[in-house]
Parts: sequence; structure tokens; C-alpha cells
Amino acid sequence: MAVLIGPETKVLCQGMTGRTATFHCGRMLSYGTQLVAGVVPGKGGNRHLDLPVYNHVREAIDATGANATIVFVPPNNAAAAIIEAIEAELPLIVCVTERIPILDMVRVRQALIGTQTRLIGPNSQGILAPGVTQLGVMSTVDASPGRIGIASRSASLTSEIVLQTTQAGLGQSTTIGVGGDPVHGVDLKTCVKLFLDDPDTDGVIVIGEIGGTEEEEAAELISELKPTKPIVALVAGRHAPPERRMGHAGAFASSSGGGTALSKIAALQSAGVVVAPNAATVGETMRKTLAV
Amino acid sequence: MNLLEFQAKRLLGRFAIATPIGQVAASESEAFEAARRLGCDRYAVKAQVPLLARMKYNGIAFASTPEQVRAQARSMIGKALRIGEPHSIGDIVQQVLVEERIESLREMYVAITLDRSAGKLVMLASAVGGEAIEERAAAEPGLIHRLELTLENNKAVADFHSLASIIADTPEVVTGLANLYRDLADAAVAYEATLIEINPLALTKDGRLIALDVKISADDSALYRRPELAALRQENDRIVCSPTELEAQRFQINYVPLDGDVGVVVNGAGLALATYDLIVDAGGQPANFMDIRTTATSLDIAHGFGMLLTNSQVKSILVNVHGGGMQRCDTIAEGIGIALRRHPRQIPIVICMAGNNADFARTILENNGTRYVAVSDMADAAQQAVALSRRKAA
Repeated sequence: MAVLIGPETKVLCQGMTGRTATFHCGRMLSYGTQLVAGVVPGKGGNRHLDLPVYNHVREAIDATGANATIVFVPPNNAAAAIIEAIEAELPLIVCVTERIPILDMVRVRQALIGTQTRLIGPNSQGILAPGVTQLGVMSTVDASPGRIGIASRSASLTSEIVLQTTQAGLGQSTTIGVGGDPVHGVDLKTCVKLFLDDPDTDGVIVIGEIGGTEEEEAAELISELKPTKPIVALVAGRHAPPERRMGHAGAFASSSGGGTALSKIAALQSAGVVVAPNAATVGETMRKTLAV
Repeated sequence: MNLLEFQAKRLLGRFAIATPIGQVAASESEAFEAARRLGCDRYAVKAQVPLLARMKYNGIAFASTPEQVRAQARSMIGKALRIGEPHSIGDIVQQVLVEERIESLREMYVAITLDRSAGKLVMLASAVGGEAIEERAAAEPGLIHRLELTLENNKAVADFHSLASIIADTPEVVTGLANLYRDLADAAVAYEATLIEINPLALTKDGRLIALDVKISADDSALYRRPELAALRQENDRIVCSPTELEAQRFQINYVPLDGDVGVVVNGAGLALATYDLIVDAGGQPANFMDIRTTATSLDIAHGFGMLLTNSQVKSILVNVHGGGMQRCDTIAEGIGIALRRHPRQIPIVICMAGNNADFARTILENNGTRYVAVSDMADAAQQAVALSRRKAA
């Protein structure tokens, strides 16, 4: 089975009547996702894609029993939409929207404190449980049901690694895109924990990249837990030209330091993670690691 | 968006944070005039480039007469501060800030930045400042004091007061610092800054606090609701972006020119980084970093691809695309077709496509008569692109 989502997941779509949302809701429906309603303020009472549309998240939950939402609301109102879903106590929110102002996300993080809600994204391709359900905008053509969990900071790279794990005959239990924005919900560390606890996941792939310290934090968790499940990681950007730094503050802000590809790779390796040499060999590395 | 020093100082002025009097100049004669108007005893001439440690790269000079200011401006304007890394035309000094040189009794440090993991803005303050702050902080833990900020009705003055009382000892300075910290926090929220750094923050003999250097990075995603910053962005783009980069921006493409000869087209920043790694591993050097945004149309892509075709530095092109839900492979294939009709050029093109509509895309390429090397493995793609760039060069 999958983590975070499953056949019982009933999904709302906030911002459903927009062009992009309409397209992807159609895809999700045809993939078998239980999309039950849309939420679009001012359009309550209409039907869209032959589903009811409500003005408010609360109203939609009461009418449909939804337990998750996918947010396609444009950046200027996306944070408000997420906060509405948090206040309605939905356990799972996936936000696809790109370019949400960072301080809005700081407010969202504030709203998440003390709640049971898990936020995936923003700027995430979503969650895919191949053959089961899809809450997201990712391509599904190369995905196949299997037992590898993939947690990723990059949508396009996930697509590549999904293809590789399918070709290696492994398939995927769930893929999670944590989102590309600096401030977001669920992080890599949390995804790793979910996969380690999932009896239907045999191996975990972490797709990281330069910037931030999520890979280091995941490494820290892994060295604490000392899991028996194999974990393979990729860190993209080993050869990227160093980012132009503006001030010194960035070096002081995070307690764990790091942020470079080298520090991430070193942290992951010392935690016992197998770091794939490059993006083309991740599936193969996982196959070999599992075979040992 | 990284603001230039003079812009950042102007913005902080509106929050009652004092900066040295000064004027920006684009030529040596303007610098001379500026100095004469300012009429100071001593001047600082500062290159307006978004670069850390300008002092080290001779981007800050001092002078005591307008004539000397003119000479210093002449030695800076039109020159690159940093040699050997011509990745950005932003390194070429186009303007200098001429300002009063402040005699400081003490130099301190304060910044507000984003703590990504915590999802919060944090204030970082230190009783010492200057370019060497990082080395000093590394050697001396506890040098930097940290205060987490909230966005609405920011911290009570008392919080800033207790932070200030760690940094300074006399009551007047503590009060002054606490007020400055509060104003800075307000400014960070008002300008949607992911970084505001005052380094050094000078305490003068007569007890004034003056921001000698200021760095601000504002959130690009918030520009739509900050028209004043959006205007600065336009002003800055003209200063720090090459015409090619500006053109790419217009067409929904993230473009960074680099030194190598393998043109790279990918969709998604992560895939771009991974492709870059593979090219370098294969012994090549990318000519650019080009990431097609999910919302780009085939015409946008044609413009981006055209930029590579018309760039004589590019000897081979690698297209590595994973059609996601948003950006499908066929759109990219169409864009390539349009670009090749506009700019016919015999150049080896290696294409690796997977994901949404990859087969459809291959049909389009075939229908267009696009000549390319098809590969299904991205490491193989990178190796071929590097080998082909060599063959042309030889």
C-alpha cells in the first residue's frame, strides 16, 4: 500500500474551475482518484467535471466526507486557500501552485503549528501511488506499482527516477514531491520516516539538490534510526557554479550549516545512505542495494 | 531579487534607519559633482555590484577630495570587479555610490533572514561587524545572537530591547539599537525581504547608529503586490542582466549563460542540475543553464532554443526533457521545430525525452525533419553531446 494516500482518499480540488486545474482534475479522475468535489469561492452550487462545487472547504467536507485537498489556487490567494483547509482540519493538503510569496508561506507554517494537517508543497508535483491514486500533476506513463518510496525536491528528476525504478523492475509504492520553494510543508526527513514505517515499502530513494539543509536533516534522522531498509540518495548540483551569495546571514541562519552538494553527500554517506554517482544510475543503484 | 546598495539604503531610509549621505554616479564626472555637492571631509566610493566582500575586490575606496573621488570612480566604472568568472555582467561596475565616510567608534552586525527549515524570519545580531564576521563567528560560537520573528504586530519592543542589551552596554545605545531592530523587522515584512543585512552597523562618537552597508534580497514572487520593488527590479535587470538573459525572461525561460560549449535545454531546475553534473562528469562544459518553465508555450521554447542556435559558442545541443503533467514533450518538440526553421544551422542535437507525450513528440520531430541523435538514457545523452561538441571543435 502507499503512504499518505490510498484508495480511501477522497479529494477536494480548491480552484477546480481554472484551466490548469480542470485539465489535471480530468487526468486524476481517469487515473482512478476519488475526486469528490471542487471548492471555488463564489461558484458554489455549480457543477464542474460533473462534480459539485462548493464555496467553502468546510461545506464541501460536510457534504462529501473528503479527507484531502489539492490546491490549484493562483499565487495571490493560494496561502489563504491552504489556511482555509488547515482550519477545516483536513489531514492532507497538496499544493501545486508555484510562486507563492515566501512570507505567505511563513504564515501558512504558523497556521500549521499544533494541527494534524500534513501539507505537501507548494510548488510540488504532488503524491502518486501508482495504480492506486494520484494527487498531483505528474506524468504517470512511466510509473508502475511496486515497493520503492521516492521523496523528492524536484518534479522533473522524480519523473526520471520513476522511469528508472520501473525499468529496474522495482516500481514505486509512493512518490512524494516536497516542493521546490524555500518554505514548504512536509520535508524530506518526514517522508523518509513515513517510508521507513510503511510495511509495503522495501527501499527509499531521496532525491535532493543543492541549497537548504533538508538532506542533512534527513541524514541526521537516518543515523539516529539506523534503519535496515536500504536508502539510496541523489544530490543534484555537484558541479553547479557556486551560488552568488548576498550576505553572511545565510551562513548563520541554519544551525546545521551545510547546503553544498559535498556537505549533503558527506552527511548522507556517514548516515549509511548509498549515494548514487549520478542521476542516470539511481534505479540501478537501488536494485543492486536491494539485492545485497 | 538582490538590490544594489544604494537602492537598499534608500528603502531603509523610509524606516528611519540612518545611512551616510550619498549619491549614486554613473561616470567619473558625475562622481566628482556628487562629491562637490556633498561637501564632506572624507568620502567613500563604492562600486554598485551585488557582490560579497567588495573591500577584498577593491570595490570600496576612500578619498578626501572630489578630485580623488573622481580618480577612484575612474578606476572602478566600466571594469569587472572579479576577474576569471565572467558569468554575470553584473560584476561590471556601472555605477558608484559616493558617500560620506563615517568614523565609527564601534562596528556591529544585524541581519534578518529566512530560516528555511523553521519557516520563519530570524534576526541575527552581533556586537562585532565587518567583512570578516563569518570567520570570526566560526571561531567564536556565541558571537551571533538569534531572535525569531513573527510577521503580525511584530515582536514587542521588549524582545528587541533584551536582544539589544546583549549587544550594547550603555542605556542610550541599547534603546537606539532596540528601535533600529524593530524598524528593521518592520522593513523586512514591508519589503518581503528574504534578507536584510546591515554590516557594518556603525556606532559613531556622538552616539548615532548608521548603516554603513546594507544588503536586501526581496522575494521575486511577491513583486506583484509591491509595485515599488517591481520598479527597482526593472532598474536592476538593466544593470545586472545581459540582453540574452533579459530576452529569456520575456519568454518564460530561466537562462544563465556559462562558459562551455554544450547547449543545454531541460525542463525543471532539478533536472537541469543533474544534467549539468552529467555533462561535467563526461568531460564537457555546459554553455548555459536553460530551464523551460512549465507555462512556456512552443513559441517561448522556440525563442529559447533559437538563443542557442544563434550562439556560435554552442557546438552541440543536449535536450533532456521529462514531460510532466504541466509541460508536455510535444510542446517542446514543436518549439525546437520552429526554432530550426527560423535559424537553420548544422549543429548536432542530442535529444532525450520521456514522460508525457514523449512518443507524440518524436513523431513531431520526425514530421519536421529534425535531424537529431535519439537516446533514452541521460548519461548516454550527456556523453554523446560532449563528444559531438568536441568533434565540431576539432
